Amino acid sequence: MAHPVTSTSIPAPGRRQSALALGRLARRPESGSFLGMVAVLLFFGVFGGSSFLSAAGTASWLNIASEIGIIALPIGLLMIAGELDISVGAVIPAASLTAAIVSGHYGLPDWLGITAALGLGLAVGFLNGLLVTKTTIPSLIITIGTMFGTMGLTLGLTVKIAGSTGVSLVPNPFPKAILGDYLGGMFQVTILWWVVFVIGLFWLLHVSPIGNWIYALGGDKESARNVGIPTKRLTIGLFMLSGFSAAFVGVSEVMVYQSAQVLAGQSFIFNSIMCVVIGGVLLTGGFGSIVGIVFGTLTFSIVNQGIYFTSLDPNVGSVIIGALLLVAVLTNDTFRQLALNYSSKRGGRS
Amino acid sequence: MNDKPAILELRNVNKSFGPIDVLHDISLRVRAGEVLCLLGDNGAGKSTLIKTLAGVHKPTSGQILMDGHPVTFTGPSDAQGRGIATVHQFGGTFPLMSIGRSFFVGVEPTKGWGPFKIYDRKRANEIAVKAVRDFGITRIDDGDRLVGGLSGGERQSLAIARAVYFGARVLILDEPTAALGVKQASHVLRIVNEAKKRGLAVIFITHQVMHAMAVGDHFAVLIRGAIAADFRRGEKSREEITDLMAGGETMADLEAQVEGYLETHEGHPPSLQVLEGPTAH
Repeated sequence: MAHPVTSTSIPAPGRRQSALALGRLARRPESGSFLGMVAVLLFFGVFGGSSFLSAAGTASWLNIASEIGIIALPIGLLMIAGELDISVGAVIPAASLTAAIVSGHYGLPDWLGITAALGLGLAVGFLNGLLVTKTTIPSLIITIGTMFGTMGLTLGLTVKIAGSTGVSLVPNPFPKAILGDYLGGMFQVTILWWVVFVIGLFWLLHVSPIGNWIYALGGDKESARNVGIPTKRLTIGLFMLSGFSAAFVGVSEVMVYQSAQVLAGQSFIFNSIMCVVIGGVLLTGGFGSIVGIVFGTLTFSIVNQGIYFTSLDPNVGSVIIGALLLVAVLTNDTFRQLALNYSSKRGGRS
Repeated sequence: MNDKPAILELRNVNKSFGPIDVLHDISLRVRAGEVLCLLGDNGAGKSTLIKTLAGVHKPTSGQILMDGHPVTFTGPSDAQGRGIATVHQFGGTFPLMSIGRSFFVGVEPTKGWGPFKIYDRKRANEIAVKAVRDFGITRIDDGDRLVGGLSGGERQSLAIARAVYFGARVLILDEPTAALGVKQASHVLRIVNEAKKRGLAVIFITHQVMHAMAVGDHFAVLIRGAIAADFRRGEKSREEITDLMAGGETMADLEAQVEGYLETHEGHPPSLQVLEGPTAH
């Protein structure tokens, strides 16, 4: 490692040295995912040709990234806190259909449908959080349960109310403009919302003191509770955040496509988890960053869409994503080890 | 020292979980600047006793007194607020968090105001590093280092420094040396002495008699939830302590070795290589 200076002269605590900057960067949780993103961008930039790099090509993967990204962020926070949320896959169509039924089928104002849909997401999240904090059942199992529950209720109630498994909604210009429009005819406005989510959750995790609680919760729940962190409230809050985000994506989907289907959103479950893991978040909690999750999401989306710009069989895309996941976990482990071992080579003793 | 009132005292404390009695009639006291060693084998009720002291469990009957006044802890944070800090075997810290962040976990220093309060990383790192260095761990100079990169002894030291920084008056150390190598264990014992010098009351839980003898002023042996013996340094011979703890012929030989070692090494604990044998635990 490149910092022999500090071992002889003891620097004032907290002072940084520019020589350390590069080493410091390599120890950040997002380093691995950044390299991965650059690699796939170069790969598809070369093999996808100019159409991949054009505005339309960029829009194709940015649109995908924005929707998965809004869900991957709170899933990442949950994973850092040591929990998982599978139910997002059912909350997305449930929120779409709630908005479509309230505002489309019954013809009530759009804002009411949107509020009801977001409220549904919060409610499912609250239920998840409550069950996770009140029982000892792992959140993976609990959220699979609530996913099936939500899915069944969505299907049953939709058929009962609307008489079919799809409901259409023609939104007013204003909600359509802020939630479901295209900028420049190709960039979904969801991209801007993703940026808002990124900034907000970056603040939460890395700037506000609550971020420290989330890391502590995932590092050691028992100790976190012993130091006085309101672990139950925090867990419930994080599940509500992921429920809300999934509902938000559901609402923006219904605004974009002007109709809602019962069986949409399943792909988001694994895709969002993959984005988070590629982004350097430790599956067992306690380690990760917002920037890493963003890189992971971009990497995933570039591969997911970029494959169509190459002459490769689109099915190869899935193979690449699978391989990428394994490579990502391996490199992230390496970078994490680097972070843990750093400066243990100094050899001096107190 | 005997006339000073105890900072923390248990009087006839019983604890049972449903029909199972875990602690019977425990009476203990610990004064400022004193190290009380709680010795006991696995399953003797040490963890229940620690949790009762730390406010996690409420005694079924009996009294807890602080500075001579009866108190009831509403929970672990209440006990902490009154100055009782528990440090667990692995330091109770978070391996993947930075030194500064884990030092202030739950009580993060902030700057800014209202909803825009932000975590003050620089100040957290400075304070954390200074607190640990004051305890003599000079290897730690960067608060951004991850706790998991520290040695076991350094982690314990960090946890103890943290407790002292946050105004602990009573330090409960739960098997701090159990998982450590020889050098690391002696680090921790030195830090226990440092805490004692600073006037803290230390409750040192261990099943390693040698470590207890190196720092203890007062000893209590816990067997099946009851205090089997309670004595001050020098009131019982080492043979008696070890017999109480493990009882066995080999202990006498071991004791002779340790006695010689302690005398020639200014009271430092002997290396385990010298002692390693069937009775190490």
